[in-house]
Amino acid sequence: MDFAGVITTVLTSSDAPPGLLPAREQMALSLGWHIILACFGVAFPTMIYVVHRRGIVREDPVALGLAKRWAKVSAVLFAIGAVSGTVLSFEMGILWPGLMGKFGDVLGLPFAFEGLSFFVEAIFLGIYLYGWDRMPPRRHLMMLIPMAIAGVVGTFCVISVNAWMNNPTGFKLVDGEVTDVNPWRAMFNDGVYLQFAHMWFAAFMVVGFVVAGVYAAGMLRGRVDAHHRLGFTVPFVFATVAALVQPFIGHILGLRVGETQPSKLAAFELATATEQPAPLRLGGVLIDGKVHGAIDIPKIGSLIARNSFDKPVPGLDTVPSADRPPVNITHLAFQSMVGIGTLLAIVVVLFWLARWRGHDPLAKRWFLRGAVVAGPLAILAMEAGWIATEVGRQPWVVWGILRTEDAASQSAGLWWSYAAAVVVYVGMTIGAFVVLRSMARRWRAGDEDLPSPYGPGSATVDEAGAR
Amino acid sequence: MSLAVVVAIAMFAGIVLYALFGGADFGSGFFDLTAGGSERGGELRVLIDHSIGPVWEANHVWLIYILVIWWTGFPETFAAATTTLTLPLALALVGIVLRGASFAFRKYSATLAQARLFGAVFAGSSLITPFFLGAAAGAVASGRVPAEGNGDQLSSWMHPTSLFGGLIAVGTCAFLAGVFLTADAARSGHGSLSETLRIRTIGVGVVTGIVVFAALVPIKHDSPTLSDRLLGPAAPVIVVSALAGLATLILLYVRRFSQARLAAVVAVAAVVIGWGVAQYPWMLVDEVKISAAAGADATLAGLLVVVGLAGVIVVPALTYLFWLTQSERWTESHEPAG
Repeated sequence: MDFAGVITTVLTSSDAPPGLLPAREQMALSLGWHIILACFGVAFPTMIYVVHRRGIVREDPVALGLAKRWAKVSAVLFAIGAVSGTVLSFEMGILWPGLMGKFGDVLGLPFAFEGLSFFVEAIFLGIYLYGWDRMPPRRHLMMLIPMAIAGVVGTFCVISVNAWMNNPTGFKLVDGEVTDVNPWRAMFNDGVYLQFAHMWFAAFMVVGFVVAGVYAAGMLRGRVDAHHRLGFTVPFVFATVAALVQPFIGHILGLRVGETQPSKLAAFELATATEQPAPLRLGGVLIDGKVHGAIDIPKIGSLIARNSFDKPVPGLDTVPSADRPPVNITHLAFQSMVGIGTLLAIVVVLFWLARWRGHDPLAKRWFLRGAVVAGPLAILAMEAGWIATEVGRQPWVVWGILRTEDAASQSAGLWWSYAAAVVVYVGMTIGAFVVLRSMARRWRAGDEDLPSPYGPGSATVDEAGAR
Repeated sequence: MSLAVVVAIAMFAGIVLYALFGGADFGSGFFDLTAGGSERGGELRVLIDHSIGPVWEANHVWLIYILVIWWTGFPETFAAATTTLTLPLALALVGIVLRGASFAFRKYSATLAQARLFGAVFAGSSLITPFFLGAAAGAVASGRVPAEGNGDQLSSWMHPTSLFGGLIAVGTCAFLAGVFLTADAARSGHGSLSETLRIRTIGVGVVTGIVVFAALVPIKHDSPTLSDRLLGPAAPVIVVSALAGLATLILLYVRRFSQARLAAVVAVAAVVIGWGVAQYPWMLVDEVKISAAAGADATLAGLLVVVGLAGVIVVPALTYLFWLTQSERWTESHEPAG
């Protein structure tokens, strides 16, 4: 038996198609990787707009300098975001032919609109990056606006497809055949608005905390100046608003899950049996049907999941065993997201309270350390959120309609594809890390233009910035 | 004309535009690869960076446009193609990823060694992608993608039509890029570079022209349905392609670079349109016709809304981008002639 066959036999117990496991692994890897870059595509143009506008309107060289550097960083991040987004387009067909072949004309329309917004973003990115010193400054600044709008529309469209997978609508199934397709109804399904808001704010949390964290790290190393203060403050303000709004959106979204996807909620809450009122079960794992190591807080589970102190939370026992999601991953991922999100919300409140009381948190090393960690934590929370909602939807790819195993490719050769994807993504991560780090080093050394040597003594490339 | 055919034409228009814009973009990798050592090739590599830097991401979105229309408008044939042509599509995809990432990385490399590494990956993968996309097109055009999908993973694309499809794709990409780069070099005052590129492009053009027309012979045996229509309804388009190709070579020879660009675009567009005309009315040749492949009418109508919006939003924006890159203010920022 070949490599792919052996792995498939070892890892899959049931009679699932050989492509199921590698398809799920590859999708998780490429989506989980791309979503971080997508956040930058969505939120970064708005932040660049703020500093760039300040630079022009107030003739603030510090702000303008930040805008130029952020533009160069976005050139790298958007490039790898664009190609990793293309990967997903191909994967929809290569990994999930059973989904795309059957429901392509139901779920595809938002993708087509997403294609449009990607177009707009790519065009104006090109203009913006190469427009420095080649366009009137105010018109150049305006090029960021279509990018920011495209980010909003694009997020809505992609989330629309995911929301449709959770709330399938806009079609009828008659004897297994899809009929009465209404792609607009599918696109504007009941779940899309809240899910969109949740992801949109998540993007601002991720980018806000990551970028602020970079400047917090600089200040920790003693580089406390106007550049670092502004570079910290602008993204941190965005992150603050997002981190404070997010728990409310998340809560309403959670209430909705209780109504539309009870088995997902049961897994979130680690509710093995229906309880009334249900406790909040912190941590813990399910082994052989028994919960181990959880801390129960009475009644709070009902409050969180049902907005009431005594309503029941339906347990997994109400769901046929074949329709239950993998409980432990879903539960731990969900609580990681909620826990980190709550922590970040508390941190931003403390920061602004301290500022209001006349203290300067940026002068405190413990706060700066926390701000550095907040970036990776925000990413972790978002990834955990996606794991919770995606694994929690299992065994369905389209809730109640299509099982994941029926959507997956039949090809065991996908293990090779997955292996290649791991290599390529690791390589791309290292490449991005090396290049971004070298950019930062050269900036610190006072090298603003970042000329790239294409040959010893030959001309240099210098267009994406001041000269 | 049915709704399905209109959507298929809109999708095919995307293929033609991708072949032209994406093609010129990919083809620059060929010249980057053959530019010579870092000293000798530096000037050309800088030119390539200037030429495709602002536009490569936008050019690349045509592929997304094609894919989303395909899976939304003709979902079952999309699944049939991806399950059959997994290997060439995955290889094309690896090329796209490596190319885009390393192009961006190279621009901001700190050292020459890094720039060399990323540059080599960029240039190499620029050839891989068009070859495998061309091979995949050859598989569809020669009737080797079964309607129910999961066709043979190797024999579906290891045959003369796919091989020539891949070679034609690489050749036309390099030819387009050569003509555009020659014109860009001349316009920005890089006289000697423009001369070198001019000679190379004429060479690439001659070889590509020979491959395109030599391909008709094996395709005749390998893909009868396709070749019947290639030599039938598509014949005038093929003639246009030959004439425009010849005109490009002559215009290059007499150094009329602006006109040469237009002729090259016509020549390559005609090659691709020739394939489209020859493939009509099949979505998957010999397997599924466009009308039978189409999804729900409501969705096709929705797609036409998207296509219309692309016409009023994307086309003006794209025109603005290309107008800017050709404008004096953007061109004069080039390094002075060496």
